[in-house]
Amino acid sequence: MRSALLTSGTVALLFVLNALFTGSLVSGFAMPPYILQVLCLAGINIILAVSLNLINGFTGQFSIGHAGFMAIGAYASAYVTVAWGDRFRAATSFLPEFARDGVLLLFALAVGALLAAIAGFFVGVPSLRLRGDYLAIVTLGFGEIIRVFILNIDVVGGARGYSGIPKLANFFWIYLFAAITVVVVSRTVKSSFGRTLIAIREDEIAAEAMGVDTTRSKVISFVLSSAMAGIGGGLFGHYLMYLHTNSFTFIKSIEIIIMIVIGGLGSITGSVLGAILFIALTEGLREFSQYRMVLFSLLLIVIMIVRPQGILGHLEFRHFFGRRRRLAAPTPPVIP
Amino acid sequence: MPILDLCNVTMRFGGLVAVNDLNLKIEPGQLYGLIGPNGAGKTTVFNVITGVYTPTSGSVRFDDADIAGERSGLITRRGIARTFQNIRLFGDMTVLDNVKVAFHCRQSADLAAAVFRTGTHSSEESRVERESRELLHIFNLDGMAGEKARNLPYGSQRRLEIARAMATSPRVLLLDEPAAGMNHHESVQLMELIRWIRDRFGMAVLLVEHNMKVVMGICETVHVLDYGSTIAIGKPAEIQANPKVIEAYLGGA
Ligand SMILES: Nc1ncnc2c1ncn2[C@@H]1O[C@H](COP(=O)(O)OP(=O)(O)OP(=O)(O)O)[C@@H](O)[C@H]1O
Ligand SMILES: [Mg+2]
Repeated sequence: MRSALLTSGTVALLFVLNALFTGSLVSGFAMPPYILQVLCLAGINIILAVSLNLINGFTGQFSIGHAGFMAIGAYASAYVTVAWGDRFRAATSFLPEFARDGVLLLFALAVGALLAAIAGFFVGVPSLRLRGDYLAIVTLGFGEIIRVFILNIDVVGGARGYSGIPKLANFFWIYLFAAITVVVVSRTVKSSFGRTLIAIREDEIAAEAMGVDTTRSKVISFVLSSAMAGIGGGLFGHYLMYLHTNSFTFIKSIEIIIMIVIGGLGSITGSVLGAILFIALTEGLREFSQYRMVLFSLLLIVIMIVRPQGILGHLEFRHFFGRRRRLAAPTPPVIP
Repeated sequence: MPILDLCNVTMRFGGLVAVNDLNLKIEPGQLYGLIGPNGAGKTTVFNVITGVYTPTSGSVRFDDADIAGERSGLITRRGIARTFQNIRLFGDMTVLDNVKVAFHCRQSADLAAAVFRTGTHSSEESRVERESRELLHIFNLDGMAGEKARNLPYGSQRRLEIARAMATSPRVLLLDEPAAGMNHHESVQLMELIRWIRDRFGMAVLLVEHNMKVVMGICETVHVLDYGSTIAIGKPAEIQANPKVIEAYLGGA
């Protein structure tokens, strides 16, 4: 009941904000397009950072190929709308116009997420069985292979880039999925299954000895994380209306890692913060864009020295507001 | 019929024979002591039973299934749980969550149930919460449920390891030097507790311990290893009088 209220409240709020920002709610007021675009890209970064944190922060497995899964989701879902969009619209002609766009976007995102998840499965199963740094090496290679592979597919534009993608994503959809990502990941890590992930991070041998099927847990978390990256990619393409493989290089994966390291590996709130901070810095330092990576490297080094656990460490939003609630709880009677 | 049955188990590491032709049978509910000087091969026996190593030769039967070389997680789900000589807790998790992790292998609600917060999931979560707290209570850890495991004093960490192993509902519990680092009084208390949980839950216990006196106090059968080979099996009184055992301990000291 409470969660149904919260859900519909969030959806309504996002809907109103979207209308407000695009200028269709109050005439004469609209968010400057540049700011709105930065906000939307921040939302996509939140999806990518929070989902990567599931595998790198909570499960403790080091993946550096998130951009590869994002690319799969981006291209697959863009292909769905470009190639099948008209037929899909015709088949759903009984729906009002805006709902048709929404349904088409959801369908495209589902396809993107599914393909990214399948890729995640095939990358994860062999590399997650092994301990240590294999995952880092395999995901790094995988990300580049995917990029080069897509670069050579002509139907999605190849080196010219993929244009003509309809603008189906907007502030509403991006933040709706950002919220879903946050909810799914936080419920996952708080669940019984999520405890097995954190246990694997803490001591894989002990986790296995406590009856955890560590390979299965790692693969599930990796597949889930990849699927969410695929959704992030799908929204990215349908927001910018253009895709190029240059957006999905190794650098992009590193950027997402920077976001979660800044915010704190193992903190969802931290990842959200890191994603926003990252884009704020990128945009704020536009004039010095050629030094951007240098500045981020310096920032990372400073964080490593001053606060190696990231800004929030393992803390979450609720930890800052938890005390009040604890005091309000009834205290058990003291038995002498 | 023994619940755990090791037959002619040999474990070699290159040229080193860590366990040599070991025969070890544990009956359900038995308290079985495994002792021996440093490097005798006690921990290696644990690692062979729990699937960390596949024995070079020989068979490990649990409940009539050959488990030699199976994955540790599967062996635990079959009903063998262990503690580690060099404590391996989930340091950054709370004491309560350490125990809850071990309940996972007996739970059925899956990830989808957790994400959608179904009724089964929440009722299972509250059951696990309750049972975990009961275990913490037995091991006198209930005051520390919210602490991070790594912040616990050493003795409490050892007890938490046992509590966590118990959460998997084992039929055989392997304890690797649970009293290491404790003083005599604490060790005796811990042994009383081990006997008490054995009586309460009815599982068999395979206890590795350096301190002969401590083992003799509670074990029904004592098995002595030296350089990987069995030098004696018998009741505590027989073992204490066995000249070979005395020789191994004095020679090794
Ligand atoms: N993975 C391994 N590789 C090589 N040698 C090993 C390995 N594990 C154990 N050993 C060797 O096997 C022998 C038995 O070791 P083990 O740890 O089983 O002894 P232990 O009886 O538990 O000793 P302690 O009382 O010191 O714990 C030792 O000589 C040890 O060095
Ligand atoms: Mg040992």
